[in-house]
Order: sequence, then C-alpha cells, then structure tokens
Amino acid sequence: MNVRLYLWQRATAAVMAPLVLVHIAVIFYATRHGFSAADILSRTRGSIAWAAFYGLFVAAVAIHASIGVRNILSEWTPLPERRADACAVFFGLVLALLGLRAVAAVVLP
Amino acid sequence: MTAELAVSLWRGAESGRYETYRVPQRASQTVLDVVTFVQRHIDPTLSYRFACRVGVCGSCAMTVNGKPRWTCRTHVAKVAGSGKLEIGPLENLPVIKDLTTDMQPFFEKWQRAKGAFAPTKTRHDPIAQIKPDTPARQAADAAIECINCAVCYAACDTVRWNADYVGPAALTRAWTLLNDPRDSANIARLQAIAGDGGCHSCHSHQSCQELCPQALNPTAAIVALKRRTTAAYLKGEIAV
Repeated sequence: MNVRLYLWQRATAAVMAPLVLVHIAVIFYATRHGFSAADILSRTRGSIAWAAFYGLFVAAVAIHASIGVRNILSEWTPLPERRADACAVFFGLVLALLGLRAVAAVVLP
Repeated sequence: MTAELAVSLWRGAESGRYETYRVPQRASQTVLDVVTFVQRHIDPTLSYRFACRVGVCGSCAMTVNGKPRWTCRTHVAKVAGSGKLEIGPLENLPVIKDLTTDMQPFFEKWQRAKGAFAPTKTRHDPIAQIKPDTPARQAADAAIECINCAVCYAACDTVRWNADYVGPAALTRAWTLLNDPRDSANIARLQAIAGDGGCHSCHSHQSCQELCPQALNPTAAIVALKRRTTAAYLKGEIAV
C-alpha cells in the first residue's frame, strides 16, 4: 500500500458510503411497494440518472475492492509484487465488466 | 524449601526447541532475573542480550508467554499467573541463538524511514528556542521516549505479513522528527514513508500501543503520518 492507492481506496469508500445508503433505501422502497421486475425496468430503462448512479457505484466498487485484493494477495500469499498487481487489476476489470453489464441490462432501452 | 519455577527457554537458532529449567522463585523476581539465573547457575551457553537492567537501554526484549516484553521490568508474578513461563526470542526478527535476535532489519528500517535527525543549524548557531506548549512539540514529546526495544515490531501483525513494512518504531521516530522544527529532512522523510511498506501499510491493529513498555502510542503517530503524507501528496510535494 502506498499513499496513492490509500487515497484512491479512501476516496472510493467516501463515494460508496452514500451510494450504499441510497441503494438499500431503493431496495426497501421496491420491496415494500411490491414492484415487479417489469415495474422496476420501466423506471430504470432510458434513465440517465440511474445509469450514472449505478455506473459510478460499479466504478467505485471495482477500484476499492481491487486495491483491497492487492493488499490481501501481497500480505497473505507468496506472489511477487507485480503478479499481485496484475491479479488485482484483473479482478477490478472483471468486477467493472460484470457490474457495467448489469447496469446496462437495466438502463439501456 | 524454596519454591521453584519451571521455565521453558528457546534453545537453538531459527530451528530449535524449548527446554525446561527449574529456577528458584523469589519475591519481586523479573523475567530477566530468571534468564540470568539459568545462564549463571545451570547452563552458561545460554545466549541472551541485556545491558542496563532498569528499562532504559531497550536491549532485553524477549517473547514471554507469547507476548513481547521488556524482560528487565516484567515481573514474573505479573506474567506467570498460571505458573507457566515460556521465554523465546522476539518474533519478526532473525534468531541468532537462543534468546538473541538479529536487530539489523529493525534498525535498517529505522534508517529507511529517515529516522536520523537532519539539522538545519550548526554548533556555531545559537540554541533553538522551542516552546514546550506548541502542538508540534507536544506531538514530538508524546513519542520521543522510544527506547528501540523492538517490542512493537515483534508485536506487529503487519510486519509479520509484509516483510517490507518499516514497522511502528521507525514510523514513530519519523513522526517525532516531523514535529521537530529544527529538522530539515521532512519532505524526504514523507517521501520515504509514503511508498509501499510505509505508513499506509498499517492496519491499525494497535498491538504496538497495547504492548509498548513505554506506554507510547505508535498507532496514533502512524495515523497522523497517513494524514500528513496524504496532504503532501495532494499538494504535489511528494510522488509515488
């Protein structure tokens, strides 16, 4: 861990904190109102706001989690530093790809 | 008849074993007294390190019943309540022989974190006037009593997991010097501790502050260093 990665991890945590609260509030709202999948998709499809919200969420998660994975790999496995870096970058890209794919599925018209 | 303690001492180097000795139990007996008794009366080949015997020099730290302690100021009655006393070399350092560790990595990291004072003046200049009630001086005072016993280093989980991590003592020293207005190497110091293995590697488990025999709080110093290095990085004063 160095100061640059530390800053990115703290900054993405700060971004995620309010997003997580909104995300949980949305889940409660949708379940309490008994929304069906069609109801939810009718609200999210074509919505730039939801695309931006969850797009930002996915980006923050991918950066935050991959830095954490890099720490775990470098402290708990005998992997050389560059190998740990490569694994963490790969993990972050997979998270970003899967997350953005999910966002696209609910916001693209 | 005098009561006896059954004491297990580490014998060997990295590979070795615990051997048990019987030592007379005495009032106000320290762990160092026990080790010294074994060396003087039972087995003179036992290797261990000490100097002052009064908690000043920081030489005699060992692992006592699983925890690093300064043995000269640790009373047997305090740590061997169950009657068991197991004494080994400090963890996270190479073992030379028996209870003696090689302190070189510890002091090399101390230097890597720029733990040496870099004066701004010469002996010909007047003595600097430092007001004791300034926040910087109080922060320096809070950490300045480190005796480099390496108890915090041996207690640190992060040092155990990450051989590159400079450790609590080196970072506490860096924090002390950062708060010394007479020092001239602060940017170089921040640069040295902002990279991999520096202050940001700390997980704040706080074993260092729990076991520091001087009751210092290296965790607090490290948290302050994280803030200071982050600010310097954002201002462009340091790079990684």
